[in-house]
Amino acid sequence: MAAVWVIVGIVVVLLVIFIVIYNRLVGWRNQVKNAWAQIDVQLKRRYDLIPNLMETVKGYMKHERETMEAVTKARNLAQQAASAGAGERGKAEGELSSALARLLAVVENYPDLKANQNFLALQEELTSTENKISFSRQYYNDSVLKFNNQIQMFPSNMVAGMTGFKAGEFFEVTAEEERKVPKVSFT
Amino acid sequence: MWEQIRSNQTRSVVLVAGMGVILLLIGYLVGIIFFDNAIGGLVIAFIVWGVMSLVGYYQGDSILLGMARARKISHDDHPRLYNIVEEMKIASGLEKVPDIYIIDDPAPNAFAVGRNPDKAAVAITTGLLQKLNRDELQGVIGHEIAHIKNRDVLLMAISSVLLGTIVILAWYATRLMFFGGMARSRRSSSSGGSGQIIILVVAIALIILAPIMAQLIYFAISRKREYMADASSALYTRYPEGLASALEKIAASTSQLKSANQATAPMYIMNPFRKEKRPASNLTSTHPPISERVRILRSMGGASFADYEQVYQKVHGTGAGVIPASALALSHPASLRAAEAESKEPDKTERVRQISDLMWRLGNYKTITCDCGTKLRVPPKFKEPAVRCPHCGRSNPVA
Repeated sequence: MAAVWVIVGIVVVLLVIFIVIYNRLVGWRNQVKNAWAQIDVQLKRRYDLIPNLMETVKGYMKHERETMEAVTKARNLAQQAASAGAGERGKAEGELSSALARLLAVVENYPDLKANQNFLALQEELTSTENKISFSRQYYNDSVLKFNNQIQMFPSNMVAGMTGFKAGEFFEVTAEEERKVPKVSFT
Repeated sequence: MWEQIRSNQTRSVVLVAGMGVILLLIGYLVGIIFFDNAIGGLVIAFIVWGVMSLVGYYQGDSILLGMARARKISHDDHPRLYNIVEEMKIASGLEKVPDIYIIDDPAPNAFAVGRNPDKAAVAITTGLLQKLNRDELQGVIGHEIAHIKNRDVLLMAISSVLLGTIVILAWYATRLMFFGGMARSRRSSSSGGSGQIIILVVAIALIILAPIMAQLIYFAISRKREYMADASSALYTRYPEGLASALEKIAASTSQLKSANQATAPMYIMNPFRKEKRPASNLTSTHPPISERVRILRSMGGASFADYEQVYQKVHGTGAGVIPASALALSHPASLRAAEAESKEPDKTERVRQISDLMWRLGNYKTITCDCGTKLRVPPKFKEPAVRCPHCGRSNPVA
């Protein structure tokens, strides 16, 4: 009789541990989802800012048609890739980032544009959106790392395996130098 | 992270209790001296303690912001500051953007207040806003957001309200003793109790010492959190150099914050009453020495908690660290990033101009730019339909 109770006790304890670990995994996964939504918001904001930027810049930059077209094209491609997975999307967004950086670099050649209040306000918003994208990416990747660690480590890997948790995908933007705007020198 | 939050909640309770004991002590002594009734004094002190704790919990943030004469701004008032706060909110994973306040004071300083992460605010002086570039501002805001994220803000709000109460009560008690208490002590000495005189002397000494004791409790818990917030800021921004150079700029300034006092001092990023070359072991210093904070930030090889912990131990030469073990266990490598491009920065003159525009606007002044380029500031009381430009004589309509 006592043996039965011991077995029942062990089963109950295991069940409780299972539930606790499962709930924690769900918490981590929700954090990852939430972080992904954050990136999405900022990427959308960037799509919205680019037409405004083009409109402001158009009148000043007569000789930069190629650079401007590259930005518009990269934006449209990125928007199309919006429904793809983190890996593919990262590539498209990386293209857009570097196209934008090239455009902002040639602004140095147009002092009139640099004095335009409208442009300055847009530039601040763009700079900040770029930062927000990379900060939300940073937070997302940190969350994915924590989540993946939980999925792979004992004992939570057992629970994850039984209930079908899948490891998260990192969001890497391919153009690593996107934050560094190349300096244009006149010498 | 969790351990830090939990230990802060424990500390909040210990602090409120410790301050309560001191307050009860004052009540007891005041009761003995003035009313010949220790119980009455105790009851009053107990009520005052309860009420002030609740005030600190529910109103602490608005009291502190009001005392600092801080004014709330929105995105359009100062887009750069607003955006940076939003950036740090994203990096820290906070759910809500804290309210943003500006203090019109040339002394560079900043602080965060709030009850919980959903109801929090950061305040920054115009002096700091003018001095810092984007990366430095990011570092400072990251530090303040870390205080919100680590639940340091509630601790600050409650403790400064309680400390303020104790200081004020003790002040009045000593004044009362000199004027009102004299008559009674003459009466009691004529009844001939030498024991009563001793009690009186001890009571006076204790009332004078009480505010100092309360401050010691307060200081003891505020220093470690500064290191923790620095480490978090480095992790959020991935650029410890930003905060380091901001701290240097703040330390180099000689102006003192007008609206700060002893009770609110520990909540600022930099002690507003600091003196030159204070020793690190100073019992009453609320903040670790700046040079040390800067040195740690500058020698970090990466941006993670583990990197900060490693450098901290090296600088201090001890095995004891500042980062809680549970936060370290979750720490993962984080690489540093490059500095923001200077070309996108508004320069110092432009920053000063932006802030002066902002302050005029907050004072309800209208700014009209005349065709000759002169900026006209129209006070809110001005009722005429048009104003003449003193520079070129054109008449500008007041919209």
